[in-house]
Amino acid sequence: MSDLVIDREVDRSKMTVSEEKAVEMIDVNKWYGSFHVLRDINMTVHRGERIVICGPSGSGKSTLIRCINRLEEHQAGRIVVLGTELTSDLKNIEKIRRDVGMVFQHFNLFPHLTVLENCTLAPIWVRKVPRKEAEETAMHFLEKVKIPEQADKYPGQLSGGQQQRVAIARALCMQPQLMLFDEPTSALDPEMIKEVLDTMIELAEEGMTMLVVTHEMGFARQVANRVVFMDAGQIVEEADPETFFTSPKSDRTKLFLSQILGH
Amino acid sequence: MAETTYVRTEMLPPKPPPPSQTGVVGWMRENLFDGWKNTLLTLVALYVVYALLSAALPWFLHAVWDADSLNECREVIKASWGPEADGACFAVIRDRWHQMLYGFYPQELYWRPNLAFVLMLVALSPVLFPNLPRRMLLFSLVYPFLGYWLLWGGTMWAPVSWALGFVLGYFAFVIVNDRGGTILAAIAAVIVPLLWWFFGAGPFADLVQSLIPISLTDVESRQFGGFMLSVTIGITGIVGSLPLGIILALGRQSNLLMVKSLSVGFIEFIRGVPLITLLFVASTLLNIFMPPGTNFDIILRVVIMVTLFSAAYVAEVVRGGLAALPKGQYEAAAALGLDYWKSMRLVILPQALKIAIPGIVSTFIGLFKDTTLVSIIGLMDPIGLTNAIRANAEWQGIIWELYGFVALVFWIFCFSMSRYSMYLESRLETGHR
Ligand SMILES: Nc1ncnc2c1ncn2[C@@H]1O[C@H](COP(=O)(O)OP(=O)(O)OP(=O)(O)O)[C@@H](O)[C@H]1O
Ligand SMILES: [Mg+2]
Repeated sequence: MSDLVIDREVDRSKMTVSEEKAVEMIDVNKWYGSFHVLRDINMTVHRGERIVICGPSGSGKSTLIRCINRLEEHQAGRIVVLGTELTSDLKNIEKIRRDVGMVFQHFNLFPHLTVLENCTLAPIWVRKVPRKEAEETAMHFLEKVKIPEQADKYPGQLSGGQQQRVAIARALCMQPQLMLFDEPTSALDPEMIKEVLDTMIELAEEGMTMLVVTHEMGFARQVANRVVFMDAGQIVEEADPETFFTSPKSDRTKLFLSQILGH
Repeated sequence: MAETTYVRTEMLPPKPPPPSQTGVVGWMRENLFDGWKNTLLTLVALYVVYALLSAALPWFLHAVWDADSLNECREVIKASWGPEADGACFAVIRDRWHQMLYGFYPQELYWRPNLAFVLMLVALSPVLFPNLPRRMLLFSLVYPFLGYWLLWGGTMWAPVSWALGFVLGYFAFVIVNDRGGTILAAIAAVIVPLLWWFFGAGPFADLVQSLIPISLTDVESRQFGGFMLSVTIGITGIVGSLPLGIILALGRQSNLLMVKSLSVGFIEFIRGVPLITLLFVASTLLNIFMPPGTNFDIILRVVIMVTLFSAAYVAEVVRGGLAALPKGQYEAAAALGLDYWKSMRLVILPQALKIAIPGIVSTFIGLFKDTTLVSIIGLMDPIGLTNAIRANAEWQGIIWELYGFVALVFWIFCFSMSRYSMYLESRLETGHR
């Protein structure tokens, strides 16, 4: 829960929010058995938005973003992603997953494949891109996350920060229109957190639509255009970062902020 | 104050690691005579080795390779090593090795199993060693039919028409998949070949044979025996049970209730029944269910039973591998848009099978050794043959030499499998964990 200072000016020229909706959640509810984990979630994400979701542990943040690419199934309400509604129809689910990238807390790289193979697997088998082209794209994104020299290594031979950057490159190789991040830096040491955050900032600067679950409040301040605070399966407060950090309305938010920022 | 600070002015260059043990004496002191307990153990071990060798060595040194009967062996040994001497009579192996290898296969046709064996190694090599050219796999696909033809003989068109069944199944799948979806296609891919095998294949083979006759001398399953039989049953069982076991393991994990319960039921039933029982079913009961007059080959029946038996074990070992994978691997594959079969094939199974290699190979070693059980239903496997050989007047009373030979050959096969599994594990090692 470090409050790393982001030591450079964030370039906002391409961070434009369009009218078009990327994700729309209407009255979404979900239960684990009898445990009501998501309660009446209503949220709209427009293309180009960078949304940070925060909240205490167990508040349902992971569950919320995992519903967007159907790693979890919602039981009531509607979720429309990139114009396609999520139902039990496998074709729709696969279509959405092709266009939505996800980065996990524990990287989840494929340990039996090299870094390059990790990055080309889905483009080749899902998007049917020719191998040659997929490898060129993969190298392009590996350069972007600044580890092209590791392309032929196996994930087990990389540091945590490098692995997470590979995971980001792997997701980008599918040319997604929306990226989901579930606590991408929580499993990392402080010096590695910075390299991963830098990568994410660059992505934001290029205009990527991003939904980020994180406790990195520095990132939220500098990059997000909206902060969503969740508690007990509900959205408690939603505001631009300036308002959210300086004048939170709800008591729960105030309590959470005081704990996390240590005032 | 200034005295307490320390600043390094010069960085240390790397030094070579300390030398390990110097010389034989140093090694022995370190490993064999390190303290009185270790020394005592070393001495006891030395004594055991000595006792074993002094009992077994003379037996090997006095061995007779050239004799026509056990009595002749004994006389030769007594003549050259004294009346009390004991020795091995390997002459029996020299006399009967062809039987141990081929059973009652006609001698003038030995080239056929020999060729089949060599081609089998060629067919297996691209499967076992991934750096060989992938095109060789085509031969691996053809080999089962070719190998069958070489071993059993008969018209070449019979195995060709069976192979045709698989081709038909493939086309049925492709055609139906375009029109009616995957499930219908899978059903078509099963039904079309079955229909072909039951009604089309026989007449087709007869017809082509009458037009273009190509055939080898028939050899009956009853004439098969020895290690040839063990290898035929063992390798077919291994090659068949791996894919079947994987499918069962996936079936057991499936969300579809029918698939899941069928898999669980099959696995638990087979694992709960001794192999001998299944073999008896194969040798006697199956005939009752068959329409009268059908000639369902006994070796084929045994192979089916052995395959099903070891598939159930392979399934459980593979399930262990699947369970050992973190959930994140399934999620990452799904999040990238890979469908079920692709994520299994590209992400999950390669890792699960790697974890399962030692268990799978153990199962296969067990299967290979269990092929000796077929002697109980009257097939002449190596053990069955030793009994047959000892029933002869010349070799009555010989034990160690024959069983020792059988054990040695089995050991060579099983040890190779075990070494191969270690090679494979180290090849697939990618430094994670
Ligand atoms: N598969 C599951 N079965 C039952 N309960 C679950 C399951 N997954 C999560 N939960 C519960 O649902 C609640 C929300 O979980 P979730 O992982 O979404 O929280 P989170 O906000 O991401 O927390 P954290 O910050 O710790 O990651 C938790 O109380 C958790 O115990
Ligand atoms: Mg979480």
